[in-house]
Amino acid sequence: MSNPILDVQDISKAFGGVVALNRVSFRLHKGEVLGVIGPNGSGKTTVVNCVTGFIRVSSGKILFRGRNITNKPAHKIADMGITRTFQIMRPYYSLPAYKNLVVPLFSPRARRTGGWGGGGKLGDRETVGIDILEDIGFERDSYIPYKLASTLSTGYLKRLELARCLSLNPEVVLCDEIFSGLSMSEIASMVPLIERLQDEGVTVIMIEHRLRELFRVADRVMVLNFGEKLTEGTPEEVMANSAVQEAYFGSEDILEGLDYA
Amino acid sequence: MNRGHEYRKERLDRGIKVRSDGLYSLMSWRELSYLTLPRLILICGLLLLPVIVPGMYWQRVISIVCIYALLALSFDFLAYHLGLVCLGGAFFLGTGGYITAVLNATFGLPPVLSIPIAAIAGGLICTLLLLPCIPLRGVYFAIVTLMYPLFFDRLIVALDVLGGTDGIMGIESFPGSQAQYYVPILLVLVCLFGMRRLVNTDMGLMFRAVRDNDQAVRASGININIYKAIGVFIASAMGCLSGACLVHIYMWAGISLLALDFSILPIAATVIGGSGTLVGPVLGCFILVPISELLRAFGTLRIVFYALILVAFIVVRSEGLMVYAQRKYHQFERWVKV
Repeated sequence: MSNPILDVQDISKAFGGVVALNRVSFRLHKGEVLGVIGPNGSGKTTVVNCVTGFIRVSSGKILFRGRNITNKPAHKIADMGITRTFQIMRPYYSLPAYKNLVVPLFSPRARRTGGWGGGGKLGDRETVGIDILEDIGFERDSYIPYKLASTLSTGYLKRLELARCLSLNPEVVLCDEIFSGLSMSEIASMVPLIERLQDEGVTVIMIEHRLRELFRVADRVMVLNFGEKLTEGTPEEVMANSAVQEAYFGSEDILEGLDYA
Repeated sequence: MNRGHEYRKERLDRGIKVRSDGLYSLMSWRELSYLTLPRLILICGLLLLPVIVPGMYWQRVISIVCIYALLALSFDFLAYHLGLVCLGGAFFLGTGGYITAVLNATFGLPPVLSIPIAAIAGGLICTLLLLPCIPLRGVYFAIVTLMYPLFFDRLIVALDVLGGTDGIMGIESFPGSQAQYYVPILLVLVCLFGMRRLVNTDMGLMFRAVRDNDQAVRASGININIYKAIGVFIASAMGCLSGACLVHIYMWAGISLLALDFSILPIAATVIGGSGTLVGPVLGCFILVPISELLRAFGTLRIVFYALILVAFIVVRSEGLMVYAQRKYHQFERWVKV
């Protein structure tokens, strides 16, 4: 296979004495979808924060297209095309939804690349913003794209997070639990979006607790536990792995200790 | 009247507001005056003030009010359009004041040159000195900026530079008393409408975004520190401008330019006038400074009454006068059955 687009080598992160990540490595090729699962506090979001430059790694190396991007400022990494969503949504609450996209469309990268579907030329920012919103499931002719972000529901805010990534015309998107807090039907409408990203050659890292949906879209799944990488493989391999089952459901003898009868 | 849970208050935009948003406003005198009348009243009112107030004393008070208004405008812009609560108004004022004093007293530059140079150069110096604090947020930025005027106050006294405790004397006043009254008023008007324009541009949108969520702006591939620095430059240049005018009114520059008053009163004016409205802080200054002058009759009890009035304002209209007034102007309220 060709060179990996993202090559994470042995990254570690310690907050004081707490080791959040311990020598985690993974590689991603263009157009792949990597799922990241693990119990709460296992370091999933820390991986996203380290790769996107929101926190500095203690040791290790992150390569993007062979270039070292370890500990670069977050805005420079985003400018290269590695974008992220936030687990706790971060919209601009005082702005309408479409204006929320005018901000990333104002960025140097969007101006260079023309934004999502712009074909290298950036049109009127507000129009492009509404186009992206429509693409991602905001009904264009309704009032929803014009609503203040503070009045949008969780489902739309999660889409807005993804829309912000798209408006930068990304190469890698790191989705931090974009399905959490959504209803089953909302999730069902989001899954095709991820599949579309994959079709367009965008590389995706998805942190998710909704295993069923994740396994549908992910090519490979990485499992973290207490900041260490337990295993990595296809969804089927991961499900069959006993260490994963132990991390998620507890070990056999604990289960045996419980008396359900 | 017992409304119980059956009624709630509903606020709706007035029809005339909605109509005057569009091209329609150009086709009807009513809509046109709805848009322009408040602005005209503000402009004409400010320009007429030196003529209608009695005597030189109050004319001078008006000039001082305008100095405070510029500071309040700069505080309001930084705090509510960029999210940086800056308690260092006196630092801006002092920097601008000392620069114009040196330019005028030492190098003999006339006020017409020294004031604009002090504004631009002072803005640059303030921004450079504040650069290390620009990544800070919220209360951390507030505390650090509070320290700046205190720091430079002590530094000037300890090193006995820039006139030390005596200050710099022999500074030219404005050419003619009319200039002294009208220059600050015109500066307030220009800055007020300029800021209104700025916050509605793309740059203003970026400032708003930084205030709402700086992490999301970083995730959009935009360097937030550049925008914060630009915002600090604009605000500090405005503060330095006010300081430069004040020095030419007093014909003296000293460490009292770095006094806490210049940091705190603009904030009180912003709270009273309505934060985020830009015109509110200006209005707040036109209420607070004259009240403070009128209360001189009470001697040492002055500050007690002043504090009581301030508290009363905040308790009764905590949203601020302009926020309230704008709401009443643009919207009507009605009780609707739930």
